[in-house]
Amino acid sequence: MTSSAVPALETRGLTIRFGGHVAVDNVSCQFTPGTLTAIVGPNGAGKTTFFNLVSGQLRATAGRILVEGEDITSLAPSARAKRGLGRAFQLTNLFPDLTALENVRLAVQSRAEAGWSLFKVWTSRRDLIAKAEEVLERVRLSDKRHIAPKALSHGDQRKLEVALLIAMEPKVFMFDEPTAGMSVDEVPTVLDLIQDIKHQGQATVLLVEHKMDVVRSLADRIVVLHNGALVADGEPAKVIASPVVQEAYLGLEAANG
Amino acid sequence: MSRSPAPALTVDRDRASGSVLTGLLSSDLPRSKVLTVVLLAILLMLATTPFVFSGSQPLSTAAKICVFIVLVASYDLLLGYTGIVSFAHTMFFGIGGYGIAIASERLGATWTSVAVGLGTALCLSALLAVAIGLLSLRVRAIFFSMITLAVASAMAVLASQLSTITGGEDGLSFQLPYELRPAFRLLSEPVFGVAVNGRLIAYYILFFATLLTFLLLLRIVNSPFGRVLQAIRENEFRAEALGYRVVAYRTAASVLSALAATMAGALMALWLRYNGPDTTLSFSIMIDILLMVVIGGMGTMYGSVIGAALFVLAQSYLQVLMDAASKALAGVPVLPDLVHPDRWLLWLGALFVISVYAFPGGIVGRLRQAEQ
Ligand SMILES: Nc1ncnc2c1ncn2[C@@H]1O[C@H](COP(=O)(O)OP(=O)(O)OP(=O)(O)O)[C@@H](O)[C@H]1O
Ligand SMILES: [Mg+2]
Repeated sequence: MTSSAVPALETRGLTIRFGGHVAVDNVSCQFTPGTLTAIVGPNGAGKTTFFNLVSGQLRATAGRILVEGEDITSLAPSARAKRGLGRAFQLTNLFPDLTALENVRLAVQSRAEAGWSLFKVWTSRRDLIAKAEEVLERVRLSDKRHIAPKALSHGDQRKLEVALLIAMEPKVFMFDEPTAGMSVDEVPTVLDLIQDIKHQGQATVLLVEHKMDVVRSLADRIVVLHNGALVADGEPAKVIASPVVQEAYLGLEAANG
Repeated sequence: MSRSPAPALTVDRDRASGSVLTGLLSSDLPRSKVLTVVLLAILLMLATTPFVFSGSQPLSTAAKICVFIVLVASYDLLLGYTGIVSFAHTMFFGIGGYGIAIASERLGATWTSVAVGLGTALCLSALLAVAIGLLSLRVRAIFFSMITLAVASAMAVLASQLSTITGGEDGLSFQLPYELRPAFRLLSEPVFGVAVNGRLIAYYILFFATLLTFLLLLRIVNSPFGRVLQAIRENEFRAEALGYRVVAYRTAASVLSALAATMAGALMALWLRYNGPDTTLSFSIMIDILLMVVIGGMGTMYGSVIGAALFVLAQSYLQVLMDAASKALAGVPVLPDLVHPDRWLLWLGALFVISVYAFPGGIVGRLRQAEQ
């Protein structure tokens, strides 16, 4: 059995209710290694909530989550990260007073399982620092390595958010609107990075994105959420053309041009 | 900002200039000339007190500074580095003190008693810290603080109730092993005019235990583990998402901090040959610790040295100073009353408020800022 036969990530009947409101409604979906799936839907459709369920920030009301066939529904976020689920946040979520380099180094250190070393000086792990520098270079933040996130521009914070995800080297990358609020000239850097990750082969990428041109150019597949439910799933061209999507979500954008 | 930003990588330069010192200080140098001088002065003072000052008062003050350096540094590991607000620190301090006191009183004045007492106290503290940690570090920070407060109060009540074991409110006085008693002479001749007796030995045990524990704590906060603690302090949610099990790290930090506080309590009891609620368990000591951490500078480790030295000195000599001032000002209206020794707490409080306003990053934070 090859690894590609087993989905990298699978949800079965995933559901969460907030009081009476069903934010994610019985979503069953498989994500195969080596594919980039765009998750689209109007504001409040439940995309971020879906990510929160998968990476463990929220507990599902019902349903199961499997990583490479193993049930991880009851695991804490940290344990899921160790299983290869990596997550970048829609609302920037960094260590505000530590330097950009230290932010990334912490992600590298977690990946290297070096956190429980108590009696070594952290600078003696130069390999971790070098790795972090490398990742910062990839997101074009090397010159800002000693600046803390709270002093960085919004665009740079977004890039750092992506850098932390890359540094985790997950099997499943979850990007939540990575380019939102970025200036036009910063967007290509991030999109190129996602393209790179995709071309690296076995990575599974989930991308929540509102910009349809980005979705068209990157996605192998589109999943549409609407009111928490999965309403369409398939090849980008077909999904975009489908009436349900045109109506539910894309109508607006099509009308806007 | 003021709280321990990651220092720029100066490893290469450090290697050239005294890598032993850098290693001892875990690459976390004072990063301020004034701070370096002050720290060296404190170190020198503590190392030479028995030979420089005569009488028992200066030596007792120096011993108290040592004990509080350990106690405050271990609290800084929790509060300054991990962002945990615990009020149970004096409980662990007390466990250390009672461990030595009870064992010495029951098992006799031997080194075995000291070892048994210290060992038992360390185990008990570790167990309690794990229990409190696992039960309550998952809940919201404010609840954790309240739980520590409740447990610490319960312990204090327990210690005073179990008077057959703990001596109740009176505490326990006990004998030390022979080698630590004033009558013991290590050398027949005095050195620099000072008799090398058991008291001197006890002081230097205290001094080196403090130095060692401090350097160990400094190493821990500068280890990959210590970096995770700071990440948790900054954003526990993100630390967890990166794959760090926050509950486990917090519990480990609580245990390490509790062990060091227990050590401090044991040293205190060894020095005083006594332990009671007022010397280790009382809530006012908890407040003193908080003041020392904040005055010195949270999340800096060196702040604990400055905070402890300054505070204990003020506690010991402010009243003397004020008494002198009060007498000197006799005849002037109001002023003598204002500086009367009975008002010393008021002045200490005023000093505290001023220093928090003037140096929000504590003294260490202020000195480092000035350097830049
Ligand atoms: N913790 C929560 N408690 C209560 N309601 C919540 C919570 N999290 C999300 N919701 C609700 O769930 C719904 C889905 O929100 P979600 O953030 O997942 O949408 P989204 O698809 O990511 O939208 P956007 O495109 O604006 O980011 C919203 O109605 C939101 O108000
Ligand atoms: Mg969202």
